[in-house]
Amino acid sequence: MTTLDVNGKQLETDASPDTPLLWVLRDHLNLTGTKFGCGMAQCGACTVHIDGQATRSCVLPLSAVAGKKITTIENVGADPVGKAIQDAWIAENVAQCGYCQSGQIMSATALLAKNKAPTDADIDAAMTGNICRCATYVRIRSAIKRAAAALA
Amino acid sequence: MNRTTPDQNLSILNVSGQPDLTRRGVLKAGAGLTLAVVAAPVLTACGDKGPVAGGPLAPNAFVRIGADNVVTVISRNSEIGQGVFTGLATIVAEELDADWKQVVVEAAPADPVRYGNPAFGPLQGTGGSNSIASAWDPLRQAGATARAMLVAAAAEQWGLPAAEITVSQGVVSHKAKGKSAKFGDLVGRAAKLPVPKDAPLKKADDYLLIGKPRARVDAVAKSTGTATYTQDIKLPDMQVAVVVAPPRFGATVKSFDGAAAKAMPGVAAVVQFKHGVREGVAVLAKDYWSAKQARDAVKVEWDESKAYTKSSAQMFAEYKALAAKPGVEAKKTGDVSKAGAVRYIEADYEFPYLAHSAMEPMNCVAQITADGCELWSGSQIQTFDQQYTAALLGIKPEQVKVNTLFAGGSFGRRANPRADYVQEAVAIAKAWGTGKPVKLVWSREDDTHGGMYRPAFYHSVKAGLDAKGKLVSWQHRVVGQSILDGTPLMPPIPVDPLSVEGVANLPYDVPNLLVEAHSPKSEVTVQWWRSVGSTHTAYATEAFLDEVARATKQDPVELRRSLLIQHRHHLEALTLAAEKARWGSPMAKGKARGVAVHESFGTVVAQVVEVAQVAPGKFKVERVVCGVHCGVALNPNIIAMQVESSIGLGLGAIAQGAITLKDGRVEQSNFHDYQVLRMNQMPAVEVYIVPSTEKPTGIGEPGLPPIGPAVAAAIAQLTGKPLRTLPFSREGISLV
Repeated sequence: MTTLDVNGKQLETDASPDTPLLWVLRDHLNLTGTKFGCGMAQCGACTVHIDGQATRSCVLPLSAVAGKKITTIENVGADPVGKAIQDAWIAENVAQCGYCQSGQIMSATALLAKNKAPTDADIDAAMTGNICRCATYVRIRSAIKRAAAALA
Repeated sequence: MNRTTPDQNLSILNVSGQPDLTRRGVLKAGAGLTLAVVAAPVLTACGDKGPVAGGPLAPNAFVRIGADNVVTVISRNSEIGQGVFTGLATIVAEELDADWKQVVVEAAPADPVRYGNPAFGPLQGTGGSNSIASAWDPLRQAGATARAMLVAAAAEQWGLPAAEITVSQGVVSHKAKGKSAKFGDLVGRAAKLPVPKDAPLKKADDYLLIGKPRARVDAVAKSTGTATYTQDIKLPDMQVAVVVAPPRFGATVKSFDGAAAKAMPGVAAVVQFKHGVREGVAVLAKDYWSAKQARDAVKVEWDESKAYTKSSAQMFAEYKALAAKPGVEAKKTGDVSKAGAVRYIEADYEFPYLAHSAMEPMNCVAQITADGCELWSGSQIQTFDQQYTAALLGIKPEQVKVNTLFAGGSFGRRANPRADYVQEAVAIAKAWGTGKPVKLVWSREDDTHGGMYRPAFYHSVKAGLDAKGKLVSWQHRVVGQSILDGTPLMPPIPVDPLSVEGVANLPYDVPNLLVEAHSPKSEVTVQWWRSVGSTHTAYATEAFLDEVARATKQDPVELRRSLLIQHRHHLEALTLAAEKARWGSPMAKGKARGVAVHESFGTVVAQVVEVAQVAPGKFKVERVVCGVHCGVALNPNIIAMQVESSIGLGLGAIAQGAITLKDGRVEQSNFHDYQVLRMNQMPAVEVYIVPSTEKPTGIGEPGLPPIGPAVAAAIAQLTGKPLRTLPFSREGISLV
C-alpha cells in the first residue's frame, strides 16, 4: 500500500509502484477530473500540481510522488488563485468539448501562482504544452489575464 | 446522459429506466423530474381552484417541465463541444419565456422516430453543422406549445381569460388580478390539457435570449472537472479493454498467444475480436494500466496478404496519374473546350490524410444484457450505433440502449457511419461473453493509427482566360477516396457528393465549368473531418483563384466581388471582413494580408488574415478577421467560439498536419509526430456577423475552410511562391 497526500487528504492505494499517477488518480482513487490524452507528456490533459508545480501525471510513477502534496482539478478551487482561474474560465466561456480544460486550468493556476502579471510570452511559455483541439487558446489567454486582474 | 444547468455544478449520468443505485450519479439524476411531486396545498382566493398535483408537463419530445419547476430541454444532438446544448435550450427557453436559471439540458435517448435528424432522414445523428438549422422551427414550436399549455392551465385555475395572462422569466401572471404562478405550480393541470397544434411564435423583435451572447450551460461542469465523459464511466464488475490493433489496414489475425498477458496481475481475459471494420486481440483487466501492460505482452501473428502496403509517395504518384485523365463528371456548365480562352493557368494541389485526434481518444462502454445491449458513448450517430451493435449480436436495434455522453472532441470522428469503435467495444464484450461491462479505451497511438482519416486528395485545376483576362473556363479534377462508398449513406449517383462539395457548387461567375472525380479504393479507412469536402475543395479553389489574381494582377477581393454578383451572402460576408480588416490599407514591411471566402453548410465565411514573416521560412499568423453570414445569430458568443475553434483546427492541419504511410504502416503515433496547433501559434481572431433575419444556418464547421487558402495567399504575397502541397511543412514553411 502507498499513502498519497491528495487534495489535503491521506489516501491509500494498492496500485503497483510503477503505475503512473494519472491512472492511480483515475482508476484507483476515482478522481476522474484529471484526463488521459496522450500517455507521453505531450498534451497536458493530465496536468496536476506536485508541491505546487504543474506536472504531467501520465508519465509520473506512483513511487515518485509518495510524501508529496498532490493537487488535482477537484480541489484546485480551494486555492484563491485556482478559484480565480476557474471563475475566469467560466466568465470567458473557455470550454468547448472541455476534455483538456482540467489540465489547462492546472497549468494556468501554476503560472499565476508564480507570476502575478504574465505577459503574452509568459502565457505562451507556460501553456504551449497544453493542447486544446477545440483551439480555445484565444479565450484561455483572455481568461488568464482576467484572473490576474481579479487577483491584483 | 449528461444534464447541465447554468447554476449547478452538475454532470449527471442519468440512468433512465430501472434505477441502479450502484451507478454513480443516480442520486442526483433528477428523479423529481419523472416522479409526480405533489405541490404544497395553498390557500386559494375566491374563484381560484388552486394547483393540482401531477405532471410533468411533457407535450412533445423536446421539453419537460416538472413540479419542481425545472425545465428540461431534451437534446437530440450530441454535445461534442460545439455548444448545441446551449443553443437548443436557448430556442426552447425563448418561446417558453422561461427563466434561464430554471433550464437544464439532457441528452435524448436513442430513438430515431422521436429524435431523428430531419436532414438525415429517420436517423438520429449530429453532423453537417445542421443541429440549430434543423431545430429552429420544431424547437421554437415545442417551447411555444408548452407555454400555451401553462397559460391555459393558469386560465383554468384562476377562472380568468387566457388572453389576459402573460408569461415572463418563468412566471405566469394575471397582472390586473394580482395572480402569479411558477411553471411548476401549473404543470399538474397543464399536463391534463390537450396539446395545441398552432401555438403562436414570438416576433423576432420580442426575443430576449436569442441573439444575445449567452454563457454556455456546460461552462461550470467543464471548468471544474465534473463533466462526465465516456472515459470517466465506471460500472460494477467493469473491465477495461485495451487492444492489439492490426499493424496495417486490412490485416487479419492468424494466431495469437495471450498466455503471458493472461498471467499478469489484474488481467481477466485475452480475447480475439472481429467486427465489420477490423479484427484484433483485446486484453481485459481491472484498470487501464494493468490492461496496457498486459497488452504489450500479447504476441499476435498477422495475415497481411490482403493488407494495404503502399507508401504515401506511391499513392500520390498514382493519384497524380489519375488526375491527368478524365474522371467521372460531377458538374458541367457550358463547355470548357469551347470557352474561347487564349491563356491558361494551371495548378495541382496535394492534401494528406488527416487524423481527427480529439483530446479524448476513442472509447466506448458496452454491456451485453439479457434484454439486449447497453452503450455509454460520446457518439454522434446513435442510430448506426444501434444498428451495427444489433447486427453483431443478432438482436434488434431497439434492444440497444444508448447513453449519450459528452464527447471530448470529435471533429467528425465520433459521427461514424461504420460505428467502428462502438462495434469494437461490443465485439470484445461478445468475445468475453460474461455479460459484464467492458470499457474499450484506445491509447493515443491506437487513436492515431485507427484510420477513419480525412481522405488524401489530389486536385488538378486549369482555368482559361479570354483576351481581356476574364475567367471563361474552370476545369477541376478531384482524386481521392470516397467517404460514403460502402456506408448506408451513399446516394445512388456516380460521384460521392462529399468528394466534390465546395467545387461542384463553385460560386464564381465562370461560364464554363467542368468538375470531374476519380474515387480510388483503398483499405485505409476514411471519414469526414470537420467541414468534410470543403477541407480541400476550399483550399484548391481559393488558393487557385489567388493564383489567378496574381497572374492577372488583380486585387483578390475585387476579383472575387466581380465574380460573386449573384451571391449576396458571399458578397456581404466578404465585404464585412474586408472592411473590418481595412483591406488595402498599407502593411508594415514583412507583413501581408490574404483573403478567402467559402460557403459550407449554408453559411458563408470570409476571412482576411495578416501574416508576418519572422525569419526565412517562418511565419506568424497574427490576426484573422472574419465576416460570417449564418442567418439569425442565435448566440453570437458561441458563433465566435466555433469560428475561433475552426480556425485553430484548420491552421494546425494546413501548417503541419499529415498522416503518412510507409509500406502501409502509419508513420505517426502521438502528438510529438502528429503535431497540432498549440497556444503560441494561435492568432487573434475577430468575428463579425452579417445582421440577418433569415433562418439560422450552420456554424460548427464553416469557419474552417477559408483559413488555409487565406494564409497561403498572404505567404505567397511575401514569398512570391504559391503553396500547393499540404501541409506547409512539406514546402519548408512553418507557422510560429
